[in-house]
Amino acid sequence: MNNIFAVAGVVIKELYRRKDFYVLFIVTILICMVMASVNIFNDAKIVRYLKEISLDLIWLCSLVIAVTTTARQIPAERENRTLLPLLAKPLTRAQLILGKFLGCWLACGLALLCFYAFFGALAASREHHWPLLNYVQAASMHWFMLGVIVAFALFGSLVFAAPSSNSTICFVLIGGILFVGRHLDQQALKLSEPARTLVDCIYFAIPHLEFYDMRDLVIHNWPLIGWEYIGVALLYAAFYMAVFLLAACVVFRRKPVN
Amino acid sequence: MSTILKTEKLRVEFRSREMRQATKVALLGLDLEVGTGEIFGFLGPNGAGKTTTMNVLLGFVPPTKGAAYLFGIDVRQPIARQRIGYLPEMTYYYKFLSAEELLRFYGKIFGLSRAVADRRIPELLKLVELEHAARRPIKSYSKGMQQRVGLAQALINDPDLLILDEPTSGLDPLGRMKVREIIQRLKNEGKTVFFSSHELGEVESVCDRVAIIHQGELKAIGRVADITGSHANLEKAFLEIIGYQPQPAS
Repeated sequence: MNNIFAVAGVVIKELYRRKDFYVLFIVTILICMVMASVNIFNDAKIVRYLKEISLDLIWLCSLVIAVTTTARQIPAERENRTLLPLLAKPLTRAQLILGKFLGCWLACGLALLCFYAFFGALAASREHHWPLLNYVQAASMHWFMLGVIVAFALFGSLVFAAPSSNSTICFVLIGGILFVGRHLDQQALKLSEPARTLVDCIYFAIPHLEFYDMRDLVIHNWPLIGWEYIGVALLYAAFYMAVFLLAACVVFRRKPVN
Repeated sequence: MSTILKTEKLRVEFRSREMRQATKVALLGLDLEVGTGEIFGFLGPNGAGKTTTMNVLLGFVPPTKGAAYLFGIDVRQPIARQRIGYLPEMTYYYKFLSAEELLRFYGKIFGLSRAVADRRIPELLKLVELEHAARRPIKSYSKGMQQRVGLAQALINDPDLLILDEPTSGLDPLGRMKVREIIQRLKNEGKTVFFSSHELGEVESVCDRVAIIHQGELKAIGRVADITGSHANLEKAFLEIIGYQPQPAS
């Protein structure tokens, strides 16, 4: 475990020493502050629109941070040849993959913490109440969804040579799953065989990231979701993380180092 | 003198990615033995198989046939790498870390305790003359400084065997001299150094024994004086061993 934590520590240092996170965070703050200063039609419920825009921005930024940070990890190690001294030490390839995953996932968690703290402060300044447990549920679901994305992007970084192609494919697939994934089963019913079975298989095989979208809960201050359902969703995410990490370890094991 | 590094009939083949191209044989039954406390030079022209041999020793490339051992342990086991230090050729270390942070990171991978790392890191930075830049990010280092950080990371675990892949490549004469001094100092401490280089003068001055490979085959192995033999220097002997025929001047 020491080796995994050591690798993860370097990934986290990289995130907070690069400018990407700060740029995204400051841009989000600026957009939200500008939106918060506008009061259209004296609508008392305008705060919901503000919350929705803020959460959309947080989602977008978190996806960008997760995918771009993860996609460059292994290719950068190869390009700079740091993979050689690293693997010449008593560190297994599986430990390296797990360390990279843990680092990226924790780094995303830290970024989410900053974003949600800002969001909470912004919402509290308008609504004068702070539904902390709703935020905890939304943030933890969001974080686990990012775990699946990080594991997938890490796997992709071993399959696709360039970080840019990996990032593009990740964004297309994530967008596809978030917007289309939930409708695949209904679409399958309208199709004839064998397309129906194929679409059904895709529906059951893909990780349903839309399960983790709890923006409406936070925007409309809906009551909390039962913790048992949250637990099942987190286990579902953990299963997909394990699948992608296992695939990454298998691919990396067979890959030449240089 | 016990054997610290050994290869037995080592053969490495690379399958070509293109269908019609034949399999490339990088190493052809290489037998090597390096004893404790030796400085061993591993020589050969470009493409001879030096880096492939090192890659096998470090577990990066599996041998097609034969075996390689470090401290008597098969190199495919990660534990074989516990007591070695490795300096690859032309590596750009994590730019966002300082030399001190980099050494601490590698120290953690070797399982060094905080107290040991606190003692060892300043010692190494002093050895490679980087104390003044210890907390500066590596991205601000010159090429020579980066190479010296590389040497420091290779020594973080106080290794018994040091594998150096062209350690003086791209360095200015002063940088080369410093690396040579460090290698000499390691020898005096009883460490074993296995290194490849194209600088034959340097090899001649620091090595106890050398091996020359060409096209994956071991062509000569022995003490520097024995290999040089009747030739004026190691370079002349090297050129003859690899079968180089000088073109007559027109």
